[in-house]
Amino acid sequence: MMLLPSEFGDLEPYADRWCLATEPERYAMRLASSMAELQEFYDAMAPRVGAAIDYCDRYPLDDMPESVVNLMHLIYSFINAAFPVEVWLQPRVPDSGSAYFTCFLEPSP
Amino acid sequence: MPRFPRPPEGTWTEHYPELGTAPVAYDDSISPEFYELERKAIFRRAWLNVGRVEQLTKTGSYFTKEIAAGNASLVVVRDRDGEVRAFHNVCRHRGNKLVWNDFPREETEGIVRQFVCKYHGWRYGLDGALNYVQQESEFFDLDKSCYGLVPVHCDVWAGFMFVNLADEPEQSLREFLGPMITDLEGYPFDKMTERFAYRTDVRANWKLFMDAFAEFYHAPVLHAKQSREKYAAAGQKYGFEAPHYRIEGPHRLVSTAGVRNWEMGDDAVKPSEVLTRGGLFGPWDKPDLGEMPAGLNPGRCNPWGLDSFQLFPNFVILIWNQGWYLTYHYWPTSYNTHTFEGNVYFLPARNARERIAHEMTAVTFKEFALQDGNTLEATQLALETRAVGRFHLNDQEVLLRHLHNVVATWVEEYQA
Repeated sequence: MMLLPSEFGDLEPYADRWCLATEPERYAMRLASSMAELQEFYDAMAPRVGAAIDYCDRYPLDDMPESVVNLMHLIYSFINAAFPVEVWLQPRVPDSGSAYFTCFLEPSP
Repeated sequence: MPRFPRPPEGTWTEHYPELGTAPVAYDDSISPEFYELERKAIFRRAWLNVGRVEQLTKTGSYFTKEIAAGNASLVVVRDRDGEVRAFHNVCRHRGNKLVWNDFPREETEGIVRQFVCKYHGWRYGLDGALNYVQQESEFFDLDKSCYGLVPVHCDVWAGFMFVNLADEPEQSLREFLGPMITDLEGYPFDKMTERFAYRTDVRANWKLFMDAFAEFYHAPVLHAKQSREKYAAAGQKYGFEAPHYRIEGPHRLVSTAGVRNWEMGDDAVKPSEVLTRGGLFGPWDKPDLGEMPAGLNPGRCNPWGLDSFQLFPNFVILIWNQGWYLTYHYWPTSYNTHTFEGNVYFLPARNARERIAHEMTAVTFKEFALQDGNTLEATQLALETRAVGRFHLNDQEVLLRHLHNVVATWVEEYQA
């Protein structure tokens, strides 16, 4: 069972782990990942995000097929994973040891 | 040399002479006794924002609000006339908390036709009236018309719902807000209904976190790593200077200049920002919001970045040039803890591209807030050692002086 549109079959290996519907799930997955895993996901996504956004843009936000919603969630996960890879060089925000910031409401999709 | 014009006195701080320029003490942030005074002098006297009217979409839409500093639990509801009302969340029978789910200390929300007490089934209308008493005939001289929910003063400005826990507020909401705030009327807050909401418990006094977001002197240092090298290096070399500060009554404003990192070349932006066309400053593609109200960017900064309006005591409306806004609430829970709420508001995304730029903006906001939040716990811990008692504030920290000054004034007035 493919989670993503067939055009994005190359990203399917990341779909199980990163097609997550909510920010708390995505942030938790980021913290639970190693830098090697985040880097691999980032490297796979970065060259494809432009095409993925173009693809999602063909559908209205309130009437997206499930596979396109999954692709949106994968892009959101890329955004979350980009901070450790591009900026922090570690999964967690530096010096944020005991801090948390829970997102309890977000738009859908 | 200042990069931006300053008041005739030469500095912003000296433009407001009541603030002084001497080093300041933070005893007001590390004292349980002072916090007890603040609870009565401020949180039971000032108008407090509890949210936006869009949270109450229909007749019977409600949410509960725990205001520990005001020693109050409230239920805020849209009644059958479409008006927003607030009541103490306390059953008139034996004082049970009227509205809650599973955990009595947690806030809740929903839609009801009436409020029914979980304990003995007393029922209240959306107007607070006591409509039904279980086994009423067993009671003695009970006049139901006298036992409605206890109302709390509640008023709405520009779609922002405020409550006041005083028996009789000393000022109307509009008087309290004053023209610097009410001149924001006309900003399309009501249209910006795409919302990301965040909450955290911070182990620091509420005023210390307000201080953190009232100055940008910290930005080039604390947040240096968030930016690409070129942008970060420029920030550290030149520091930060705000082009405009304004203080009016108990409220205050800082505006920033409109540096847009995506206009500084590829080595000033991150690849993920280029891909998503969003970031700290917001979506790169600015929506057309039409004519802006006179109260926005009152210093007429050009280019202009943002206005951070800090409404006394604990509410911030931060409006970005890129056509979106944030709100912050700082709800004290003890002298050295508070609950921080952040809300990010956009015009509803019309397509996937806009939605993704919003996601990038909201995620970036969280990354910054996480850095700020933990720094505050470190400040609280160090202040509480009382090893140092006086601290220097520079001119870019003028608004911090004002907040602590207003807090002291309200406490003194209450004690007088």
